[in-house]
Amino acid sequence: MVDEERISIDMNEILNAALDVKNNVLTQQEFHKVITEAGLSKDIIEEISRLKKEPEWMLRLRLKGLELFEKLPVPNWLPPFVRDIDISKLEVYIKPAADKTSSWDEVPPEIRSYYEKLGIPQSEQKYLGGLVAVFESESIYEGVKQEIQRKGVVMITMDDAVKKYPDAVKEYFTKIFPPSDHKFAALHTALWSGGVFMYLPKGAKILTPVEGFFIIGSEMEGQFEHTLIIGDEGSYVHFIEGCSAPQFKKFSFHDGMVELYAKKNAYIKFTTVQNWSRNIINFNNKRAWADENATIEWVEGSLGSKYSFTYPSTILRGKGASSTSLVVTLASGEGEWKDSGSKMIHAAPYTRSKVISKNIGFGGGVNVYRGLVKVNKGAVGSKAFVKCDSLMLDAKTKAYTFPHNQVFEEDAEVAHEAHTFKMSEDQLFYLMTRGISEKEAVSMLVLGFMDEIMKELPFEYATMLNKVIKLELEKLGAVA
Amino acid sequence: MSYIRIEDLHVTVEGKEVLKGVTLEIHSGEIHALMGPNGSGKTTLSLALMGHPKYKITKGRIILDGTDITNLDTSEKAKLGIFLAFQNPVEISGLKLSTLLVSEINRAYEGKLTLQQQLSLIKELVKTVGLSDSHLNRGVFEGFSGGEKKRAEILQMLTLRPKFAILDEPDSGVDVDGLKIIADSIKKLKVENNTGFLIITHYRRILDHLEATNVHVLYDGRIIASGGMELAKAIDEKGYEGVIKEVLKH
Repeated sequence: MVDEERISIDMNEILNAALDVKNNVLTQQEFHKVITEAGLSKDIIEEISRLKKEPEWMLRLRLKGLELFEKLPVPNWLPPFVRDIDISKLEVYIKPAADKTSSWDEVPPEIRSYYEKLGIPQSEQKYLGGLVAVFESESIYEGVKQEIQRKGVVMITMDDAVKKYPDAVKEYFTKIFPPSDHKFAALHTALWSGGVFMYLPKGAKILTPVEGFFIIGSEMEGQFEHTLIIGDEGSYVHFIEGCSAPQFKKFSFHDGMVELYAKKNAYIKFTTVQNWSRNIINFNNKRAWADENATIEWVEGSLGSKYSFTYPSTILRGKGASSTSLVVTLASGEGEWKDSGSKMIHAAPYTRSKVISKNIGFGGGVNVYRGLVKVNKGAVGSKAFVKCDSLMLDAKTKAYTFPHNQVFEEDAEVAHEAHTFKMSEDQLFYLMTRGISEKEAVSMLVLGFMDEIMKELPFEYATMLNKVIKLELEKLGAVA
Repeated sequence: MSYIRIEDLHVTVEGKEVLKGVTLEIHSGEIHALMGPNGSGKTTLSLALMGHPKYKITKGRIILDGTDITNLDTSEKAKLGIFLAFQNPVEISGLKLSTLLVSEINRAYEGKLTLQQQLSLIKELVKTVGLSDSHLNRGVFEGFSGGEKKRAEILQMLTLRPKFAILDEPDSGVDVDGLKIIADSIKKLKVENNTGFLIITHYRRILDHLEATNVHVLYDGRIIASGGMELAKAIDEKGYEGVIKEVLKH
C-alpha cells in the first residue's frame, strides 16, 4: 500500500540537501525586509497580527501566549546559554520581500537560490505530492499536486488557514500543545508565523510524501512556524519536515510547533531531518493525538544545530491506537547539546508504543534523553517499550538518560532498556590490528550501534544517514 | 620465504622503560615461543610490535622482508600480514562478531567471495574452533568466557591467514579440548600457509603439541636465553627463578 520506494528516494534528496549545507553551499545574503522592530512586546505582537490581517480571536490567543510567556519560569533543566536567551534582542518577525506564490518563477531569485541549491524544487517536481516552503517568518511557496487536491486534501500555509478554515483552526490550534505547557510553547503561541496546515478527509490516502521546508536566512532571528495536520478517519499521509540555515556569526532561535491529529484508523508519519547550521538554537514542540486504531509514527534525525530540544510525543487516546518514535541525535562538538526523548501517554485500552532513541556523541558533545511512558488507569492491556542507547566516541563526551515510567494498570507491559557504549582506544586498536583503518573502525562502531534503527528505516534513508554520520566523523580526524 | 626481524627494540610505557633492547628474528614456518615471568615485558612486546599508541618505541627497528615497518600505522601492519591474538581482548558490544568476520574475509580474499561462500567459510571456521552460531550474532566478545575469547581470536587468525602471527597466551584459561583445537589450528596454518609464529606462553604443554623451533626467555625487558625445546623443559622443571639464576650466573 505504501509507496516506500518513492518515499525513500525523497529522503535521499533531502539528506543530500542536508549534506550540501554541511559543505556550506548556502551563504547568507541580504535582501529581506524587517517589518517589526527587534524585541517582544504587546505592540509588536499587535503589529504582526495587523500585518497578517488576522481575525481578532487569533490576536487574543497571541496576547494570551505573551502573558503566559512573561509569567512562566524558564525551565530549570536547560543549559545556561539557552536559559539566558534574551528574546528582546531577536528579530521575532521577518517578512521576506516576497509574496506567497505557487510558481517558483515568481519567487525572487535570491530567495529561490537557497531552495534550488538544496534541490527542493527539483525534488518537489519528481517525488512530492505537495510542498510548502517557509523562508524567515513567512511561507513563500505553496504547491500541491492535482491528484492530491482531487482527493479533497487541503494543504495550505498555516496563515491562510486562519482565514479560510477558522473553525478548524479554532478547534485544533494549540489544543494538544497549549501555551500554558511551558515558557517556549507560550512564546511560540505569541509569535507563530508561517508553517503548514493540512487536512485529509475520510479515507484520503496520499501515497507520495508531502513536505514542509524551513529556512532561517539571517542571524539574530527567531523562527516560529506552526504545522498542524488533521487526518480524518482512515486517511494516510507521510509528512517530511526539512530544516536548513546558512552559517552565521551570531545565533538564531527556532521555536516551532507540530500538532498531529489522527482520527480513527488514520495513519500519520512525521519525519524530521533537522540539519540546522551550528548557530541555531532549536526548540521544537511536537505532539500528537491518536484515536481508535490510529497510528502515529515519528522519525526524528536531530543532526545539526548547536543546542536542540525536541521530544516527539503521542497521546494514545483511542482503543488500539499505536505510536512509534525513532530518534537519532548527534552531538559532535565542544558545547553541543542535544536534548531529546519521547513521551507516550497511554490513555485508552490496548494501546501500544515503542520508543527507540540512539545518541551518538563525540568531541565533547552532550546528549540527553528525557522520556516518559504513562499508562493511565483504564488503559488495560497496553504495551510500551523504550530503548535508549548512547554511544560515546571519546572521554570528554557525555550522555545522560532520564527515563520515567508511570503505570497505573497492573496488566500493562512496560519494558525499558538503556545501554551506554564507550568507544575506547583499546577497541579502536583492536579493530586496527585486524587491518581496519582508524576511520573505518570508528564508522563500524557507530554504524554497528545504529544497526537496530537502520533496519527500521527505508534503505535510502539509512544509506544517507550513514553518509551524514560519516561526514560528521570526518571532523574527528585522528581520534586516538 | 618471509622474515620479521626485531632489532634492539626499546619500549616505554607511561614513561617507564619496559623493553630494554630486544632482538629476535622469525622466518616463515617457524614457531618461536616467548616465555618469561609476569612483568618481564612479553605483552608489551606484542602490543609495541603492532603499534599500540600507549607503547612508545624509543629505539630499535622492526623489519619485514627488508622493509622498515617500525612506525607504520597499526592497520597497515595488519594489511602486510602481521596478526596479533590478544591475551585479553577488549569487548566491543556495538559490533557483531559476524560483521567483523565479513569485513576480514573481504580483505583476506580481496572481495572475491560471494555472500554464500563467505557464509559457508564462516560456518566452517566457527565449527573448527568449537564456537556456535549464537556467538556470531553477539557483540564481539560480549558475554564470552575466557576460553571462548581465545577461540574467537584463533577463528580470526584462520580467517585472515597472516604471514606472521603473534599469539599472546593462547593457552591460558583454556580447557584440554580447547588447547587441542588451538594447537591444531596453529599447525594447520603453518602447514597450509607457512605462517611464522611468536607464541607467548607460560606452559610447555602447548609447545609440546606444536614442536616449537625456538624458545626464548624474556626477563626484565631483555631476552636472556634462547634455545630449543630443552629450555621450555627446564622452565617446566625448575621454574623461571631456577632457569634465570642459572643463566645469569654465566
